[in-house]
Amino acid sequence: MNAKQPIKIAILAMGGEGGGVLADWIVDLGEANGYIAQTTSVPGVAQRTGATIYYVELFPAEQARADGGRPILALMPLPGDVDVVLCSELMEAGRAVQRGLVTPDRTTLVSSTHRVYAIAEKIAMGDGRADHNNLLAHAEGAARRFVRFDMAQVAEDNGSVISAVLFGAVAGTGVLPFSRAQFESTIERGGVGVKASLKAFGAGFAQANAPAETEQPQAAALRPAGTARDPQVRALLARIEKDFPVAAQPVLVEGARRLVDYQDPAYAQLYLDRLARIQQLPGGDLQLLTETARHLALWMSYEDTVRVAELKTRAGRFDRVRSEVRVQQDQLLAINEFMHPRLQEICDTLPAGLGRWLLRSGLPRRVVEHFTKEGRVVATSSLGGFLLLYTLAGMKGWRRASLRYQAENGRIEDWLERIVAASALNPQLATEVAQCQRLVKGYGDTHERGLRNYETLMDAVRRAGARLAPATLRELRDAALADEAGKKLQGALQRLALDAPLQQAA
Amino acid sequence: MAERSFVEEVKKLRLGAGETFRGEGILAVTKALLESGVAYVAGYQGAPISHLMDVLADAQDILAENGIRFENSASEATAAATLAASVNYPLRGAVTFKATVGTNVASDALANLASGGVTGGALIVVGEDYGEGSSIMQERSHAFAMKSQIWLLDPRPNLPSIVQAVKEGFELSEASKTPVMLQLRIRACHVHGEFTAADNKRSSFTIGEALDNPRRDTGRIVLPPASFVHEQEKVRERWPAAVQFIEERGLNEFFADGTDDIGLIVQGGNYNTALRVLERLGLADVYGNSRVPLYCMNVAYPVVDSEVLRFCRGKRAVLMVEEGQPNFVEQNVAAILRKAGVDTQLHGKDMLPVAGEYTAAETLKGVRAFLELYGRLQPLPAPVKPPKVIPLKPLAESVEARPPGFCTGCPERPIFTAMKLVERELGPHHVSADIGCHLFSILPPFNIGNTTMGYGLGSAGAAALNPNGGEHKRAISVMGDGGFWHNGLTSGIANSVFNRSDNLTIVVDNSYTSATGGQDILSSAAENKTRSTGHAIEQAVRGVGVKWVKTMRRTYDVKGMRDALREALTTKEKGPKVLVAQSECMLNKQRREKPLARKAAAEGRKVVRERFGVDSDTCTGDHSCIRLSGCPSLSIKPNPDPLRTDPVATVMDSCVGCGLCGEVSHAAVLCPSFYKAQITTNPSGWDKLCERVRSTVIGALQRRAARKSERYAF
Repeated sequence: MNAKQPIKIAILAMGGEGGGVLADWIVDLGEANGYIAQTTSVPGVAQRTGATIYYVELFPAEQARADGGRPILALMPLPGDVDVVLCSELMEAGRAVQRGLVTPDRTTLVSSTHRVYAIAEKIAMGDGRADHNNLLAHAEGAARRFVRFDMAQVAEDNGSVISAVLFGAVAGTGVLPFSRAQFESTIERGGVGVKASLKAFGAGFAQANAPAETEQPQAAALRPAGTARDPQVRALLARIEKDFPVAAQPVLVEGARRLVDYQDPAYAQLYLDRLARIQQLPGGDLQLLTETARHLALWMSYEDTVRVAELKTRAGRFDRVRSEVRVQQDQLLAINEFMHPRLQEICDTLPAGLGRWLLRSGLPRRVVEHFTKEGRVVATSSLGGFLLLYTLAGMKGWRRASLRYQAENGRIEDWLERIVAASALNPQLATEVAQCQRLVKGYGDTHERGLRNYETLMDAVRRAGARLAPATLRELRDAALADEAGKKLQGALQRLALDAPLQQAA
Repeated sequence: MAERSFVEEVKKLRLGAGETFRGEGILAVTKALLESGVAYVAGYQGAPISHLMDVLADAQDILAENGIRFENSASEATAAATLAASVNYPLRGAVTFKATVGTNVASDALANLASGGVTGGALIVVGEDYGEGSSIMQERSHAFAMKSQIWLLDPRPNLPSIVQAVKEGFELSEASKTPVMLQLRIRACHVHGEFTAADNKRSSFTIGEALDNPRRDTGRIVLPPASFVHEQEKVRERWPAAVQFIEERGLNEFFADGTDDIGLIVQGGNYNTALRVLERLGLADVYGNSRVPLYCMNVAYPVVDSEVLRFCRGKRAVLMVEEGQPNFVEQNVAAILRKAGVDTQLHGKDMLPVAGEYTAAETLKGVRAFLELYGRLQPLPAPVKPPKVIPLKPLAESVEARPPGFCTGCPERPIFTAMKLVERELGPHHVSADIGCHLFSILPPFNIGNTTMGYGLGSAGAAALNPNGGEHKRAISVMGDGGFWHNGLTSGIANSVFNRSDNLTIVVDNSYTSATGGQDILSSAAENKTRSTGHAIEQAVRGVGVKWVKTMRRTYDVKGMRDALREALTTKEKGPKVLVAQSECMLNKQRREKPLARKAAAEGRKVVRERFGVDSDTCTGDHSCIRLSGCPSLSIKPNPDPLRTDPVATVMDSCVGCGLCGEVSHAAVLCPSFYKAQITTNPSGWDKLCERVRSTVIGALQRRAARKSERYAF
């Protein structure tokens, strides 16, 4: 009794991504080519950044005439009963699978692989991103055919929008009974941005049958060492090669490169001195060495005012901004930095003694505080702004004498001591201690909060000693990154009975 | 200026007899109103009927041609009261609003209207915002129909049926002297389909004639003793008249009756889903030819006893498919069967969900259970799950919710950013939230707002939270400009003056009722040809006696907002405080300004575009900035630094340069990673000269620095 059925198409998109346009195109495609078409959706508040499902059904009008009936078309998809699912983004493909709209017996799933991160992923204090590969694997497993590529990229390359690329991709799959020409004339009838849409459509059409791209590029790769001209740098590289295990060398090279850039080759030698000590620890744990190398490089290149000024004034940075904000050849670009140097940052930059004096002084301190109450906008692209930051960056030579350097250096030494002490108990625990550097990041209040969490964890390490399992420390670190108020961390510490001072052993 | 323009669609309203109309359900309703010869239309916008109001606003010349008065009502109560024009005069009128919130607001007027009854056809088109994606409490309009005795139509969700329901609704209203409510579920409002049009009709009786020859009939006014008469008249005259009309005209439909001794009673609005389910179960075809008898109730209220008995008599069992709770119809059918001594087994919410939307999947489950119980279907074999070769992490771990949030560049976001900053200083406050876009503040990343009691009731929601003396924190209320003019001025502001409240009310004034689609209101800054705009909220607030009023003309000024909030929360001055936070809805602003900028650039004029960016090498991946903003354009991307793992913040090209990112990084002392780029198209000769000078000097210095660092490069 149910041999004749409509073609059922679900579109999952977020507000403003053109899901409605795509649905309208499919309706028009059907109506212009002898089909009875119906579509509906529930936009509501979903149009404000929420996710929306558009649902389309197509039924051949000729068939209906021959049978003397009028098809009853549904207003919402029935799980397990959908022919084509189109998704404008990868997590939406995951949602389609989760809702049971994608089934291996019949569903062709066409999805872009780019990500538009959900708010929960974005607000995490560390890395809250969903597992890309897990989404792909589930989609792959659920669909009869899974056509996927980065449609945001294709859309951008062709100066159009994702809906046009998706329309091209679904045409390319050949799952709908319409010719390419029929698809294209639909876009032409729409009459808006026709040229760009057709171009993006063509690109999507071609990509639909191209082999699926391999997994998304993971984290940025470590760059191997090139040839060094400077003898001091050559000595550095030679030392890495001679004194450290091959497997650890890429991280050390990157670390050394960072610190030479940050300060000078001597600073990178200090880096290697510190790592040599870690390497010589009994046990010789490779992971401990590489993780310490990574975090030590980051800590030693802490972002002070001088560093920020240096990074902001570089030619490479200007080029990067130009490309990021897509400045065309004949357009002019002005760059304005939002900075808020406060008393603390100013004292940090001064020679240690002077900085400390200013911090403790009366009137001078209040004067500086008064003038730093407001944030400042510095136009790096203007002569005045550039010269200000350029001069600041030139103070690099004095860095070692600054108050901040003293403070950070003390903390680094203290951290290394803790790693050494922990490694005597358990190299794994030492690795976890090394990774706690990740908590210290940001500027101003954020930095203070991170530092506080870091100190809390170090305190727990000190007090628990050998009782502390490496996994527990990892758990505490994750808790510290769970919320700004530190509720999760407090809870975890209480659960582990690490919050109250331990009773001193008799 | 509404969010969507219907200028193209409006042309369809001129289609004549025999022509095919293709479009959205709600547009078809508009056309049906014209074909029914209405004399006036009014309403209050809200999903899913905003489009109806927007279409009417764009179709004012057509309305004028047909002599139709169109009102953008101040509230649903206003809209419902507008139907008073049909009490004494043979004028057909229609009003529209969303349900059930609109019905709640309108219920006073609806009850009065229903009591006295009508002469001309009175139609209330309610858009049901029920089920997936709904932003309101889940309730049924059915209760309002029953308590006031208003007939409730629930047509099958296809355009011909909807159009027919509008026309028959007017006739039913006139035949029974009772207002009629037409309920349209959200998917039916937005469904695209086609129907054959008829000619538009002018009302034979005009509003002018009514005014020139006023009629009065005290028997139609709700005052004793007439009101007691009305109660009797409702059941003795109007109800029987309605039943007679429904039966004679066959408003309810019987399908495949007599083919089996079981059957389905289905509400019109759920018909398509029920049919699809039967088709999937092999008991119907795609054209609706069913092997299971169906009684389709296109009139949800009143239930016609004789039809129910006709359908049920001789059947072993029927399944009532009735969405929402309480199960008014099921109870009604049960009573009819019991009183008539018909022993047909009645099923309904024992097999289908007691509460919640009747999705295709839920309906399939319930109908299948019913058919299995009566042996029409064999139970499905238990599904065999193939063993998984590669165990995957559960999908749920990788799929996050996408709660609605403020749009890119929304002027309301900085208000809540400022509230977050004040929270850091003064601790958390009780926040009484309201309905509107600003309600998104209750969701991440802001997590601000304790209760919401209804549209315009933000301030009223904090009324009790005024202690009698002692040093306490003040409650904060939020109210939108839409809610303010809807009722908040009296229910909230005037109330707080009269009751000597000490609380703070923030009125979010973005020049439109943005949440419902950007319609103009009294305080809109825009010129509107057919409406009077430009009435300042501050004046209205002072007018009802508030002394402490402050207007912030730029919400993006986070520091200013923060300071104003702090002052309002800490000032020694007693009495209600009102802070009007103004900035235009960015969605509407962009819609207006983007094409202008594009045109100017194309004509060779100088155009400066602003947008923000983040330097990934100074961003440390803490995302504080996102937690204080939540802007869709402020996102994350993989860290380009091989030594770091946490993703860095990034600004997408959709950034409109509202300035919040910069303000936040200043006000909250975040980090120096944000920059504002100003991109000048068609720069002047002077601009180019300055640029050449600048880039020569800067370039030379940059090369000098690069040479230094290249010495050590490897």
